[in-house]
Amino acid sequence: MSAANTSSPVLAADGSPLKRSLKHALRRQKLRALALIAPLLIFVLITFIFPIASMLFRSVQNDIVPNTLPYTVQALADWDANKDPLPPETVFTAMYFDMFPAAEAKRHTRLGTRLNYEQTGISSLFRQTGRKLDDLGKKIEKLLSKLDTAWNDGETWYQLFNADQNIAEITLLQTQRNRIAKLTDSDTNGDINFAPSAEIAKFLPLTTRAYTAWAVYTSTQNGKDPAATNPWEAVPVALVLDLKTADLSDYSGPHVELLQELQKADLPLTSFTETFTNYDPDWATVTPWETIQTHSGLYTSGYFLNAVDAQKTPAGIAWQPEDKQILQKLFVRTLIMSLVITGSCIMLGYPVAWLLANLPMRKANILLILVLLPFWTSLLVRTSAWKVMLQQQGVINDILVWIGLVNDAERLIMINNQFGTIVAMTHILLPFMILPMYSVMQTIPPSYLRAAKSLGATNWTAFWRVYFPQSVPGIGAGSILVFILAIGYYITPEIVGGTKGVFISNRIAYHISSSLNWGLAAALGSILLAAVLILYWAYDRIVGIDNVKLG
Amino acid sequence: MALPPYATFGQRVWHYSFRVICALIFIFLIAPIIVVMPLSFNAQDFFTFTPEMLRFDLDGYSLKHYDDFFTNNEWQRSLKNSLIIAPIATIISVSLGTLAAIGLSQSHVPFKGTIMAILISPMIVPLIISATGMFFFYSSLGNWMENNLGLDKNFVGYIKVILAHAVLGIPFVIITVTATLVGFDKSLTRAAANMGANPVTTFFRVQMPLILPGVISGGLFAFITSFDEVVVVLFVGSAGQKTLPWQMFTGLREQISPTILAVATLLVVISISLLTVVELLRRRSEKLRGMSPS
Repeated sequence: MSAANTSSPVLAADGSPLKRSLKHALRRQKLRALALIAPLLIFVLITFIFPIASMLFRSVQNDIVPNTLPYTVQALADWDANKDPLPPETVFTAMYFDMFPAAEAKRHTRLGTRLNYEQTGISSLFRQTGRKLDDLGKKIEKLLSKLDTAWNDGETWYQLFNADQNIAEITLLQTQRNRIAKLTDSDTNGDINFAPSAEIAKFLPLTTRAYTAWAVYTSTQNGKDPAATNPWEAVPVALVLDLKTADLSDYSGPHVELLQELQKADLPLTSFTETFTNYDPDWATVTPWETIQTHSGLYTSGYFLNAVDAQKTPAGIAWQPEDKQILQKLFVRTLIMSLVITGSCIMLGYPVAWLLANLPMRKANILLILVLLPFWTSLLVRTSAWKVMLQQQGVINDILVWIGLVNDAERLIMINNQFGTIVAMTHILLPFMILPMYSVMQTIPPSYLRAAKSLGATNWTAFWRVYFPQSVPGIGAGSILVFILAIGYYITPEIVGGTKGVFISNRIAYHISSSLNWGLAAALGSILLAAVLILYWAYDRIVGIDNVKLG
Repeated sequence: MALPPYATFGQRVWHYSFRVICALIFIFLIAPIIVVMPLSFNAQDFFTFTPEMLRFDLDGYSLKHYDDFFTNNEWQRSLKNSLIIAPIATIISVSLGTLAAIGLSQSHVPFKGTIMAILISPMIVPLIISATGMFFFYSSLGNWMENNLGLDKNFVGYIKVILAHAVLGIPFVIITVTATLVGFDKSLTRAAANMGANPVTTFFRVQMPLILPGVISGGLFAFITSFDEVVVVLFVGSAGQKTLPWQMFTGLREQISPTILAVATLLVVISISLLTVVELLRRRSEKLRGMSPS
């Protein structure tokens, strides 16, 4: 070997070292293979893997709370429910100015729905508060216009807060753009013909913020010019609140007199704590605030906890109340029914596979058609066939009555329950059990059985000790296949399962299309997918995915 | 299998009772499909045999459910939708899938296991999960196409369903075509190249004819997958894309009309013919590979 290493390298036809030219050829080959695969791989990644990954991401996503109530979430962070029974006034203030744009954008109901998953009753609290939120502002607006009609004019407000781009508070504008963008799920980067003045922002911070938020909202969402429109009611409220503490002596911007006159008038403003308590006494309790605080993170484990009948409470993780615990039961039911279906497929599939493997080829092929025909027949055809068979006025009941086994008045209930689901799904999945079993049994030489018998084994011993162990791989392959398919079934349980015979997939579909609790649906889906992937991994280890055969 | 002449009484009993058991299981497999057929000729709007039918009275039978299927606008539209969506989805999955399968069957493919797992995944992931993922993805994709490309809403709906169905059909194409390629003699392409054929010519003149049976049966699987698919189309499509299985599904869930049985019978006939085609292709493929059909 050493002699070969020391001598000059072997050269290819073109004079380059053979090693390198082989490496080149290999790389070219790899690239060509990848180029052939790439279009499909990209297609599958974009239209399948990415959608599923982003759907699963919804199970932990919770940005609706911080997006809708950004300032409240900040203000609540310091509050400790164990020390103060109620959050401080700053929290209520932040809540008012967060709720206002949310209510205008109709997002507060959505937030209410989100929090209602965690705390029943919050949804109506948000809805009702949103309806009454204008009351306070309307009152203040009236007082302002009594003082000076200039406040009725959108122009006045615009002059007060607008500034030239060069001296404007650009960061404030950008934060408000981002805030409205997150709140409304839309693009807010267009020209809005407004920039907040840095000067006024110093004296009236809250008002400038509220006005900027409004200006962004009104021009990007409603397409109106902020210069010619009256701001929403939260802005006058913020102004009155700001003027309670502002020191205007150094202020030299537009409308100084108007502001000074307003500050002198010292308009009455009830505390926000009182305002909210008047809207709904529930705000004076600790519950809604604790719920918001607990679920204020960008990400949450709440949906996964809900998926296993638990719940994230301010005190930690706790079980749901008895009457709401249905999902664990449903998971267990899905599991048990899938096992029963797999079991009955084994029971029914084994004899058939044995018969097929031991008959002469010609006969076996004919019988195989009887297995393949249901395999090739539309799923809905088979499901509707079972509906026809199992109904109370259906074929099976008719036959039973005709034979006299069942009284006409006491026809059996075989559909819309677990029995119906199990029978129909066993029928639908049976070919998936028979085919792998058959292909394994075909490889077992019949001479083994004969050898066992000639050595003195009885029929049963020969089967149980010699034949059966060799057919176990087929049972394993078929079982995992059937179980994977059964556990995620949707159509058949939906049609023949009624309420008692449905699976976890039906619950997922319900949450996607009816209750719109997408986070919970995603969490249930993640758990189901994890189970399937583990089984699939086992299948790959035992059988090998390359050995999957069709038809 | 045959019973030896020296079998004991017990063995005889077991032999025949085993056959009876197997016969019962075959009946279980086939009966629901058989029962649907005569019921679809029911003259009444019932889902069960009427006394007239049992007496083989011709008045008990009629073609009115078939008539309904061929004249009812909703059924015809859903049939048309299925016949638009399934072939296009099949073409996409077959063309992309065959290329990728050829790539995968080369000798040095980096990350082969991972790539294979990704390409097979649409078959492994439960349909309901695929459907929910696609629901979110395609609704935003659809909005984007409508707003930015100015496409017609109905047209976008078809694109969405077709793409979704194409993905679902891909694993079947990959599996059947790679299985065919396992038996493909690579020296044939080398021989073709040796005689001056470029890779494209080699593919269409040498490789393609030999793997065609596998490609066609993969395509049939992809077609059946799309033609038979309900869950994804329920979530991704809108009323304009109602396919035949969707129409059957709503029919089964809400108003039960025996027209479903007529449709079911037609579909069984179609699947019998497809089954025959696949079987013939399999035999041809084995013959081409030099194996005798057993």
